[in-house]
Amino acid sequence: MSAAPDYRLHRNAFGRLVFTAADGAVCEGVALVRAFPISAADAGFALVDPYGHELAWIDRLDDVPEAWRTLLAEELASREFMPVIAQIVAVSGYATPCVWTVETDHGRTDFILKGEEDIRRLAPPALMIADSHGIHYLIRDRNALDAHSRKILDRFL
Amino acid sequence: MNNRDASPSPAVSIPAGTSALPVPEAWRPRLEAQLAAQETVLAWLEIDLDARLRFSPGLVILTDRRLLAHAGGDADWQSHPCRAGLRLQRHDHAGVGSLELLDDAGRLAVWRYTLGADVAAGRLIDHFDRQIAFHTTGVLPPAAAQALCPLCETPLLEGQDDCPNCSKELNEPPSTWTLFRLWRFAHPYRWRLLAGFLLSLASTAATLVPPYLTMPLMDNVLIPYQNGAPINVQLVGLYLSGLFGAALLAWALGWARTYILALVSERIGADLRTTTYEHLLKLSQEYFGGKRTGDLIARIGNETDRINIFISLHFLDFATDVLMITMTTCILVSINHWLALVTLLPLPIIAWMIHTVREKLRTGFERVDRIWAEVTNVLADTIPGIRVVKAFAQENREAARFRAANQHNLEVNDRVNKVWSVFGPTVTLLTETGLLVVWAFGIWQISQDTITVGVLTAFLAYIGRFYLRLDSMSRIVSVTQKAAAGAKRIFDVLDHVSSVPEPVTPVHLPAVTGRIELRDVGFRYGTRSVTRDICLSIEPGEMIGLVGHSGSGKSTLVNLICRFYDVTEGAILIDGVDVRSVPVAEYRKHIGLVLQEPFLFFGTIAENIAYGKPDATRAEIVAAARAAHAHEFILRLPHGYDSLVGERGQALSGGERQRISIARALLIDPKILILDEATSSVDTTTEKEIQKALDNLVRGRTTIAIAHRLSTLRDANRLIVLDRGRIVETGNHDELMACEGHYYRLYQAQVQNEEGSGPGDSRAGNADKEEDRA
Repeated sequence: MSAAPDYRLHRNAFGRLVFTAADGAVCEGVALVRAFPISAADAGFALVDPYGHELAWIDRLDDVPEAWRTLLAEELASREFMPVIAQIVAVSGYATPCVWTVETDHGRTDFILKGEEDIRRLAPPALMIADSHGIHYLIRDRNALDAHSRKILDRFL
Repeated sequence: MNNRDASPSPAVSIPAGTSALPVPEAWRPRLEAQLAAQETVLAWLEIDLDARLRFSPGLVILTDRRLLAHAGGDADWQSHPCRAGLRLQRHDHAGVGSLELLDDAGRLAVWRYTLGADVAAGRLIDHFDRQIAFHTTGVLPPAAAQALCPLCETPLLEGQDDCPNCSKELNEPPSTWTLFRLWRFAHPYRWRLLAGFLLSLASTAATLVPPYLTMPLMDNVLIPYQNGAPINVQLVGLYLSGLFGAALLAWALGWARTYILALVSERIGADLRTTTYEHLLKLSQEYFGGKRTGDLIARIGNETDRINIFISLHFLDFATDVLMITMTTCILVSINHWLALVTLLPLPIIAWMIHTVREKLRTGFERVDRIWAEVTNVLADTIPGIRVVKAFAQENREAARFRAANQHNLEVNDRVNKVWSVFGPTVTLLTETGLLVVWAFGIWQISQDTITVGVLTAFLAYIGRFYLRLDSMSRIVSVTQKAAAGAKRIFDVLDHVSSVPEPVTPVHLPAVTGRIELRDVGFRYGTRSVTRDICLSIEPGEMIGLVGHSGSGKSTLVNLICRFYDVTEGAILIDGVDVRSVPVAEYRKHIGLVLQEPFLFFGTIAENIAYGKPDATRAEIVAAARAAHAHEFILRLPHGYDSLVGERGQALSGGERQRISIARALLIDPKILILDEATSSVDTTTEKEIQKALDNLVRGRTTIAIAHRLSTLRDANRLIVLDRGRIVETGNHDELMACEGHYYRLYQAQVQNEEGSGPGDSRAGNADKEEDRA
């Protein structure tokens, strides 16, 4: 556990995260971003201002005071959107573009896959699928999917 | 309800033309229960995410009195009456849009949606702002006069009924009967194909004569001889010459058939390649950004070749096989239908086997193709970057990467081969078993005196061929699948509609003055909104400098103006005409582009300068080179203008290549000139020379220049400072310095950098140059 941070955080009435630095400088609309959203989601966060400049680095969320942790967790929950595909229910066809129906950790949804190249291989066995609107769906371990999903996925790989 | 919520009286009600799109069917019953009498729906937004970003349908409705929202799930309806001070804001991050309702004290509500609904959100905000203005001032601001596409808000041009943006989103998958689509390419050769088919028919018939002749040969010559009769030499001669004649005929016909069909298939293949490549060239920059070179080369090269071989060899064989089987069946049945029946028994079994293996093999071969493209991709990635690989001593890693791709290739092939290898021998086994059955049944029939030995011999001779054909027919399964997979990949390219579509009703611009106008231009790349609400008007002959940090949207703006991409919102107009209504090639003729990394094609310097105008005279080329300050160094080369430059112009320095590309732009004499970091990659001495060349180029043209070194933009009439996709400042150097804003900070940062660096540094030279010019 590192030393307590020298800045302060709170949420204002507009729902924005406000950062107050040690020297009293105030920055509104701060965002918390993960440095390695896929490979190490729980380690390495940065607080950045609306212009993208880094204000503070947080190694682990455990390092910040309890009260802020919920604040930051809320911020992440409302900002991050990378549904993890748990199951591929159906596809409309094996030639792209086609509609995929998937079960994700954010619930069931449909999306359009524009081309096979939108399925990107990350460090195996992870895959990332970008839909026609640019939302990224993650498959953490393609071998851990059920047989039906794997069979569908195989047709596109 | 709020007192201030005075609903507009019917007299001032919503003007026609702003009527909202009908609310989605699913929501109507639930919504009607919520609405008061005479409350009109003005706009709506279907949201698909709840507060915790779970997929769940919801609805935000704007009526003439209030904002009504159902946040999805079990939530209740929320009502926010319209009143002064309310405002709606939208922003997006990582594919999720947020719509926030705010007043002066804080945030009242937030709704989230995936970006498919972004346009509806924009429309909702427009209507909302007008309503709030109405509630504040009592006057309803007029709606936008221009006709907008109801789905995506793109301004529609005159005579345009379909929105060019929406119609290009074809999300239907192509048909699975891909191979039949090849008919489009076969059609021009249909008569030759018919001739080939008739020849096939004839040659197949000729090959069926010899087994038939074995029957009388056996029954009329050999069996009587065994029974003591002398050999009838005349008869033998007749039969043998018949056999020889049939063989000769089959040879001649087969030769003619193969030749004609090979000729046709080669032409079909060539047409396919050319068409694919031509189509590929017309696709937008966006398409090439998302594809890897190796994959595209493989599609045009290997796949067309595979289809070619399929048509010339396998399809032909298959057709012949089918013919042979049909004819053989007829002959067999005409000789003895019982024996024929027994002979044909294994046929359904084999057909069934072919069918079951088909599916497995097809997917397998498709994967083999993709894996192969991956192997090529590793090569295409590494070889151009060989200097980096060597500099960091990562040869082993790259070799390992290639080995891994190869290994993957092997694994996939192994899996396919596992199914494939068992297939062939099984067919052979079935053939042998089939023969066995014929022997047994035939011997039994001879013992019953229902057939002669000759008939059995003929049957066995036919069946030998017959089953042989079945065996080769089984091959068609794999090759058809391979060809279908190849055809699919080809048609994937051909079916791709350019995201920069040609206009349906083109407007021709024979001459342009060079006035460019950007109206509320927005561009989104994937989920990232790169630019938004850019309004800019550039006068003919004006020089504009685009300034900003990297990633501020400068290059995007230039790409939009060149129409490498199409705007997602708003419009770009040239001489008052939307660029989307001008034919793409015609439009680009008016644009000269000088890039940071000039690309020289393999060929002579003269050819490279004349790239945009191949029919340029030598005098024109020399004049352009002179103006670009390239003439003298070209003359110093051993072959002058005929010197060959390599793929990347290896023999020339960066500055020299840049001046050739300036000459190239000068030669087409464009009205609009775009300099995208034209002097960034060269040292300052060279920059001075290039700058001189550029001064010639800029004269009398509308110029848009991007430069990292602000000093190079001092001549610009106006500088446009961009930050995060928006215009933040406009003005000339002195004005912008005076207001001490973004530009001031950028400039200061650069000057400090230059002062901080040593005297030998190129940036110090740059500062000298500034003094020169001051």
